[in-house]
Amino acid sequence: MKKSLVFCAMGALAMGTGLAQAATLDDVKARDVLNCGTNTGLAGFAAPNADGVWEGFDVAVCRAVAAAVLGDPTKVNFVPTTGATRFTALASGEIDMLSRVTTWTFQRDVELAFDFVGVNYYDGQGFIVPTSLGVTSAHELDGATVCIQTGTTTELNLADFFRANGISYEPVPIETNAEGQQQYLAGACDAYTTDASGLAATRATFEAPGDHIILPEIISKEPLGPVVRHGDNQWGDIVRWSFFALVAAEEYGITSANIEELSAGTDNPEINRILGTEGNLGEQLGLDAEWAKRAIAAEGNYGEIFAKYLGTDTPIGLDRGLNALWTQGGLQYAMPFR
Amino acid sequence: MSISTQPPKESFQIGQLLSDTRYRSITIQIIALILFALGFWWLVGNTIENLSRLGKTFSFSFLGQRSNYDINQRLISYDSTSTHGRAAVVGILNTLLVAAMGCVLATVIGVMAGVLRLSKNWIVARLMAVYIEGFRNVPLLLWILLIYAMVSESTPAPRAFGSGDASMLLWDSIAITNRGIYIPGPVFTPGAWLVLAAFIVGLGVAWQQWSASRKRQIATGTPPMSRWLAAGIVLGITGLVYLLQGGIVFTLLFLLQLAIVVAVFIYTRRALRPALKYVPSQTAASTAAALAGIVALLWALYIAPIIWAALTTPFGAPAFNPSIALDIPALGGFNFTGGFNVRASLVALWLALSLYTGAFIAEIVRSGIMAVPKGQSEAAAALGMPAGRSMTMVILPQAMRVIVPPMISQYLNLTKNSSLAIAVGYMDVRATLGGITINQTGRELEGMLLMGMFYLVLSLMIAGVGNWFNARVKLKER
Repeated sequence: MKKSLVFCAMGALAMGTGLAQAATLDDVKARDVLNCGTNTGLAGFAAPNADGVWEGFDVAVCRAVAAAVLGDPTKVNFVPTTGATRFTALASGEIDMLSRVTTWTFQRDVELAFDFVGVNYYDGQGFIVPTSLGVTSAHELDGATVCIQTGTTTELNLADFFRANGISYEPVPIETNAEGQQQYLAGACDAYTTDASGLAATRATFEAPGDHIILPEIISKEPLGPVVRHGDNQWGDIVRWSFFALVAAEEYGITSANIEELSAGTDNPEINRILGTEGNLGEQLGLDAEWAKRAIAAEGNYGEIFAKYLGTDTPIGLDRGLNALWTQGGLQYAMPFR
Repeated sequence: MSISTQPPKESFQIGQLLSDTRYRSITIQIIALILFALGFWWLVGNTIENLSRLGKTFSFSFLGQRSNYDINQRLISYDSTSTHGRAAVVGILNTLLVAAMGCVLATVIGVMAGVLRLSKNWIVARLMAVYIEGFRNVPLLLWILLIYAMVSESTPAPRAFGSGDASMLLWDSIAITNRGIYIPGPVFTPGAWLVLAAFIVGLGVAWQQWSASRKRQIATGTPPMSRWLAAGIVLGITGLVYLLQGGIVFTLLFLLQLAIVVAVFIYTRRALRPALKYVPSQTAASTAAALAGIVALLWALYIAPIIWAALTTPFGAPAFNPSIALDIPALGGFNFTGGFNVRASLVALWLALSLYTGAFIAEIVRSGIMAVPKGQSEAAAALGMPAGRSMTMVILPQAMRVIVPPMISQYLNLTKNSSLAIAVGYMDVRATLGGITINQTGRELEGMLLMGMFYLVLSLMIAGVGNWFNARVKLKER
């Protein structure tokens, strides 16, 4: 009897672990909260505001997915991850999705077995130095001490850049952006390197942003996007199309202001399909008809989110640049909703 | 008719496995073994299943792949084209370095603090109590972070040295910056082998003289030759060879200088003696020697160079190209170049580990000393032995038997605690193999297994050496 009890317990455990990753959608619904892995704090992308509520460009993606799946953009449990812990958190099922300035690379996609559902920010790696250093180009950084977040692609690009240019440097490994900022401002490193958007975001929080310049060299491609585990295609589709809905909404002029009006029905069948008044896209995803409407209503369309957290009117002050819509010469392109 | 006295042979029944004390313990052990095997089987099976679900295989081939990342502190040659395996070795060596440095300093701090806590001087004893209790009762991570913050925030950046806001110590040879301490490093030329050989010969001669004088002591009671003399023999032979490489003129001039300094020392000491005649003789001797040493040192630093210039200017200074020179750090570009850079992360980790473990060692030392019967120190005092000597020659050797075993586990703790290096960005094995490599290759399971193996082997080695030492010093019972 004792043994059979043990076997039962083990069977239950094995079943439990077996089911844990099979259907993320069911897990999220049952839990009624989305576990979203995000940054430990990077102004503009993901940081708690004065009231302790997480907000930012990456956070908005989490909220859009939560709104689409659970009907409420606030039903998100934010899990702060570092560059080093994020993939373990995702692979182990601690988080349902990762929205944390993560670069889409071959190895992460193929060997680490993750699925990148899209690119929400096209970025590149840059350097920031104090103006007083008198450096105007990354090629003048020979012998410099550079702060670098470990476990990132930027770490690898940095090694390649200095090696390819035949100049030397000394890396100072750090865990989080906050630590990097503190070390950089204390003068423990001459330069700090990360994605150019991250540098702009970090500089915006400095007391005297004008005393620091971001060097003109962009030494890599950093396509940043939300990530899910490989193998759960339904969940991957939900996250992917929730994000595409934000981009498509900007393209078709759906904004948080006119979304109610448009969801009554329009002449444009694609808008109707997105907002659920035509076709059964939501049903195909395993959600209801208004999933995309809720995702867009959560924080607005892609352009609205960009303007709210990163745009030129914010302290971070980033231009749309590559992240303009494809119709305006940029790279942001949502696949057709049909 | 005879009555059988043999008890009937009991037939074995299943129920006896639990009810009969003869079998019960075996039954319980077998059940425990089965449960353990099942648990292990489940764990392995679960791991294999989860890995296959994630589409991952189990392989150590990543160790041979190019690492692509740089490490700032490396004791062996390494760059971003080296393999992950080599990066792991770099990390292992860094772990060993900080562990070894930490064990040495923690021992020094611990023994001193432990002895001083028992001091009769109220202030000294209380200060040590504050240190020991403070470090023992606050988590190590906080100490590491605090000391790192102190090291990196309270010291100037290298730039400050260029603008004159900060200056180097000891004739511009040591720079304390927020990136670490830059100290002169040795530069060896082929001639350095000769100096090394002279050093070994010196050691041999000193050892031979020392053992001869010990024999003489046993035979006749003459005190053995002093340790200072032994050190002098080694230094003298090595130094002479080193100087002679610079030429005979240089050597003679240098020896002349040395002779003047020694003469200054001897004369000063002799001159000071009468002034100290009311002080007990032992104290007077050491005070006079210390004061004379200071005078001689000042002379060597400030007056000898003037004499040297006066002697060499008329004829031109003899060229001296030493076989072992010092590479003095100099500000070049962004950082100091040349010499050694003891990184701020290493300094912070080293100090924090040493101070923290030192507090525990101090308590071990204190308990060891208190375990030695009071009569031993009283007997030493009755023989007229000064307190310091009775501590080193009577108390501590006996206390060692109590001290050594718990010390071994403190060394183990320190070594394992060094993995907290992650907090200050010190590139130990946790940061290379267990950090960046795992992150860049996604081989968490393999990396963690390797790291666990490393710490296990290292711990067993430390324990082995410690136990060997313990077997040597413990009371031999016959």
